[in-house]
Amino acid sequence: MNHSNHTISTAITAESIADSSVVCPEPVAPYAIGLGDDALVLAHRLGEWIANAPELEEDVALGNIGLDLLGHARSLLTYAGTAVDKSEDDLAYFRDESEFRCHQLFEQPNGDFAATIARQLIASAYFVQLYRALSASTDGTLAAIAAKALKEVDYHLDHSVQWMRRLGLGTEYSRERVQLGLRTMWPYVEELFREDPFAAAAGNAAVDPRALRAAFDAIVLPIIADAGLDLPEVSGAQGGGRSGMHSEALGPMLAEMQVLARAHPGATW
Amino acid sequence: MTSPGDSGSRETWPLWEVFIRSSRGLSHVHAGSLHAPDETMAVRNARDLYTRRAEGVSIWVVRASDITSSDPDAKGEFFESPQGKEYRHATYYTESESVPHL
Repeated sequence: MNHSNHTISTAITAESIADSSVVCPEPVAPYAIGLGDDALVLAHRLGEWIANAPELEEDVALGNIGLDLLGHARSLLTYAGTAVDKSEDDLAYFRDESEFRCHQLFEQPNGDFAATIARQLIASAYFVQLYRALSASTDGTLAAIAAKALKEVDYHLDHSVQWMRRLGLGTEYSRERVQLGLRTMWPYVEELFREDPFAAAAGNAAVDPRALRAAFDAIVLPIIADAGLDLPEVSGAQGGGRSGMHSEALGPMLAEMQVLARAHPGATW
Repeated sequence: MTSPGDSGSRETWPLWEVFIRSSRGLSHVHAGSLHAPDETMAVRNARDLYTRRAEGVSIWVVRASDITSSDPDAKGEFFESPQGKEYRHATYYTESESVPHL
């Protein structure tokens, strides 16, 4: 796609990565695929809200967040693909469930609006910490992708915070729903901050997820308290998304996401 | 009397009018309207709906019901009376030769 708008086209994009001669170092590629899958899968989940959100304005808000995430996924997968001579579409549409490396949080079904907001709060606070740290990566491309993404996920976090407050402090019913949503999503928090062999293999190009937990808690716990909600006392899910182990929700989601590209290989639109 | 965009009792969120100041503009210009539960969310929804292509650097929102407007039926007495009063325009007056630096 050609954009004539120069203020937009100066930022790093999947196209600019694909058009450049930059090649992702082999030890970095699996790490970048993991991050790309996180963004891709959550983007698809948010896309499922289009025409289904409580108000037209929220359709657009969730759609915008999803499109931002899709942009991150495209850049990360395009970059990772340069190491193995694959395109972003090869990676997105022609890998099977066990080859996807997203954390299990991102594949969780939307549930109701409150559950989606709870998932988005966790996701956005995680992305803010991740991309802030990753913008200092020794890998120039990852650092540039992270620096661009950081401005976007800062806004996503604000959107979630606004809704957490309104649902938590709204009516008895809205509080009940968002508390349940938080309880549904909280078991998947722990996995985000576990030791990651792909991050370790990528060295200083990557961010050790274990180092992000304290900053995540410092953001999220006060938000939950300010919204009048209780921190769920639940044990962590088994996890394993980075190794290709997923909850039952991912398979059907991928089937829908991939069916068109697989039915018409090479099609463009 | 109902206001434009009001869908009666089915409506749960109030209507807001959105004003955007573009990077080149000096004043905020009406961009459109939207629904939001309160003013804080209205600004965020306006950001998502009206500044997707870097259209603006500042957003104002105002509750549509807080706007007092002129009566659409009073077009004649409100807006047609300046007709024939060309002397209200600077171009009506000729330059005086005896006044320099005007």
